[in-house]
Amino acid sequence: MSTDIVTRAPKRRLRDRLPVVHQLRQSVGLQRGMLIAGLVLTGLFILTAVFAPLIAPFGFAQLRDAEGPFGSQQAPSAEHLFGTTVGGYDVLSRVLWGAQTALFVIVIAVILSIFAGVLLGLVSGYFGGWLDRVLVVVCDAIYAFPSLLLAIVMSIVISGGQSNLWGGVFAAAISITVVFIPQYFRVIRAETVRIKAEAYVESAKVLGASSGRVMFRHVLRNATRTLPLIFTLNSSEAILTLAGLGFLGFGIEPTAAAEWGYDLNKALSDVSSGIWWTALYPGLAIVLVVLGITLVGESLNDLADPRLRGRRRVAQASGVVAETSVVPGGTLSAGPGGLSGLEDGESFDEHGIGVRS
Amino acid sequence: MSTVVSIEGLGVSFATDAGPVKAVDGVSLKVERGEVLAIVGESGSGKTVTAKTILGLLPETATASGAVVLSNKAGTAERDVITLSKKQLRAVRGTDVAMVFQEPSSALNPVYTVGWQIIEGIRAHNDKLSKKEARAKAVEILGRVGIPDPEHRIDHYPHQFSGGQKQRIVIAMALVLDPGLIVADEPTTALDVTVQAEILDLLRRCRDEFGMGIVLITHNMGVVADLADRVAVMYQGQVVEEADAKTLFASPQAEYTKALLAAVPYVGTGTASAIERAEQRPAGWAEQAPVVEASGLEIVYPGRFGRPGFRAVDGVDFVIRPGEVLGLVGESGSGKTTIGRAIAGLTKVTGGSLRVLGHEMNGLREREFRPLRSRIGFVFQDPASSFNPLLTIAECVAEPLVIHGRAANPREARARVDELLEAVQLPRAYGDRYPHELSGGQRQRASLARALALEPELLIADEPTSALDVSVQARVLELFAELQREFGFASLFISHDLAVVDILADRIAVLYRGSLVEEGTGAEVLGAPSDPYTQRLLASLPVPDPVAQAARREELRRLREAV
Repeated sequence: MSTDIVTRAPKRRLRDRLPVVHQLRQSVGLQRGMLIAGLVLTGLFILTAVFAPLIAPFGFAQLRDAEGPFGSQQAPSAEHLFGTTVGGYDVLSRVLWGAQTALFVIVIAVILSIFAGVLLGLVSGYFGGWLDRVLVVVCDAIYAFPSLLLAIVMSIVISGGQSNLWGGVFAAAISITVVFIPQYFRVIRAETVRIKAEAYVESAKVLGASSGRVMFRHVLRNATRTLPLIFTLNSSEAILTLAGLGFLGFGIEPTAAAEWGYDLNKALSDVSSGIWWTALYPGLAIVLVVLGITLVGESLNDLADPRLRGRRRVAQASGVVAETSVVPGGTLSAGPGGLSGLEDGESFDEHGIGVRS
Repeated sequence: MSTVVSIEGLGVSFATDAGPVKAVDGVSLKVERGEVLAIVGESGSGKTVTAKTILGLLPETATASGAVVLSNKAGTAERDVITLSKKQLRAVRGTDVAMVFQEPSSALNPVYTVGWQIIEGIRAHNDKLSKKEARAKAVEILGRVGIPDPEHRIDHYPHQFSGGQKQRIVIAMALVLDPGLIVADEPTTALDVTVQAEILDLLRRCRDEFGMGIVLITHNMGVVADLADRVAVMYQGQVVEEADAKTLFASPQAEYTKALLAAVPYVGTGTASAIERAEQRPAGWAEQAPVVEASGLEIVYPGRFGRPGFRAVDGVDFVIRPGEVLGLVGESGSGKTTIGRAIAGLTKVTGGSLRVLGHEMNGLREREFRPLRSRIGFVFQDPASSFNPLLTIAECVAEPLVIHGRAANPREARARVDELLEAVQLPRAYGDRYPHELSGGQRQRASLARALALEPELLIADEPTSALDVSVQARVLELFAELQREFGFASLFISHDLAVVDILADRIAVLYRGSLVEEGTGAEVLGAPSDPYTQRLLASLPVPDPVAQAARREELRRLREAV
């Protein structure tokens, strides 16, 4: 046995294995442009959220500085770049601080719904039976509710409609969670049902593996492939739900945290009187963040599917002939042990693409 | 004779994530009218890509160079397919060249009647034809491909036809516009052997009666010997040998062709070794307690909502004694896989008795059966899906050791895993690879290693080689026989291919529609079959020798007429 001459499989480099970096390097053309635009917007959003206390010129609930009150509905000026609101807050500061609130809500909402949704979906899909039927019906019922109405009900139940920063953030996050759990549940359940019939799950069962082992070692990791996509798409939906809650007056008090939806609500009457800056900037912030996250999600979705993924066209008849045939030189010339050179074909079908008949 | 298609210096490259890959490299071929050209080769040899180029069916990621000159049936016009626009290609497809696909059930649209689908093709190319005339034409062509009662059956949906009839309809769709050339991509691979013989007959009639040129893509050398006039052997994107069928089988020139032909299993090769093995068994061997004993075994799949269930296995008796290989042969739907799964406890036994390693499987609970699983190994049909894609090969092979407590984690089991990988002739380093980095044959070896990890007394192999190329299949079978000698496990070897079963099995059991029609040693069952079904099955199996195959065809016709 000539094990020493057989080279190890080439390890993929780190930059090719990191989820988003790998896709970025893989993409070309318009898809790459979309992904980069999305990543830049999302990156800006996260940076703003993290460094809001440093960047913002004033606090989110600040009404006056050393030179006295800001004044209400002041037009953009050198002192207040985006002007001030009807309540006398600095618009720029509130837009920047608002990013922080939005990020808190996204992170909490997604973490809460991912764990509950994935676990329920896995158990429901794997075991089936009456538990599965009950869970599916419950999720369908939640789907049937208008999600914003559900979020309003949840926020009233949790905090009585009004609250401080964390109370408001959790109220918004939990109400979004309730709407999102069915989505994760559905996706994971469908994947689990598909994977349950795969030969490798059956082979684990034949080996005598317990249900828990089969579920967590063999099914779970294979079922989570589409999660990053729903994750990004849900994040943008979470921002919209939060803004919607704030707009309807179920958000967070202006003294507790800055929140874009609330500012939009207060800007309603300004629009008709020609005061554009109080509505424009919070609105723009919502649009850009949602756009950025959605672009990332959609591009990841396209890149994950080999049929949608764009590629550079190859020059006519270029490239080397792949050693796709499995026995180079035929079975006769292969060694008796069948090792050296035998079946050492390139496997370029990693992403489902291969030239095979 | 006139040339229907002439391929000159064809090269096709694909854009993949790993850079450009060349699939076809400088291929030149010609097909004359009324001639069957078979293109043979392993997976990835470029045979399908070559054929698809003739129809301009390459995906967008591909670029082609060279020329594919296609002439129409009358021989009045010539066109280079590679340079045609999409619109021109649509005009060519169907009228000048048509395709027959591998899987008839997915080539037909299930929500339309077959008549609608045939008429659709006629009217796409000739909109002057009235609906009535088109329908008359469709009925006529259905009759000609051998669908009984075509006036009535034209309004049936695809699911109302059997697999063989569906393939006939697909061929009818290809024939209806009377093209000069038909490209048949593995037209019989998805069909049972007895049906395959009928479809090959039909294709032969297409050539003789319609005067068509046929490009036949296949990896089955028996099919080639049965149908082809000329053969082109492809290997790694190039044609390594081209000759007429008789010459090629009688005196192959290229090394690769010789190796390919040598790897094709023949019925009758295993009989001698089976007899040898039987002679070496110690006295009293037959009296040992059997590993598996089925008597009156019945398995019924439950029906939906009060409808009667489907009886997959109906009163089957057999025994497998220690160290013995029982080959289970049957066509699709005969219940052979169901029996294998029942022995492994994956399918419930609903009637009769099935004793596995001394435990009754009828009414057994999963909890009681779990300890027994360490004594049973299972090799699955599809090597691509039987490994968890996120675990390395070493982790997959270590899985049984960890589950049954022989090792605490995959790392501790590594020494044993390395031994196992060497036993199945895989390098140790392959343990660190992921399943998709291995070829089909390598994966199937790893699958064997996993099944043998606990040194089981019984190994169930469910069509372990049917997804592999012939040359790889030969090596895996050889390995299986070697391991069986070494480890001495009893085995149930399930296959649809008589020749494969013959190589390994001590005894062969033939299943037909859930019941056992014949059982005996290889010499008995294959040498002198007594059941008419076994006789038909044996006669349908094409042998890779054109001269012998012509004689067998006569024999099969005689058998069919006798029924």
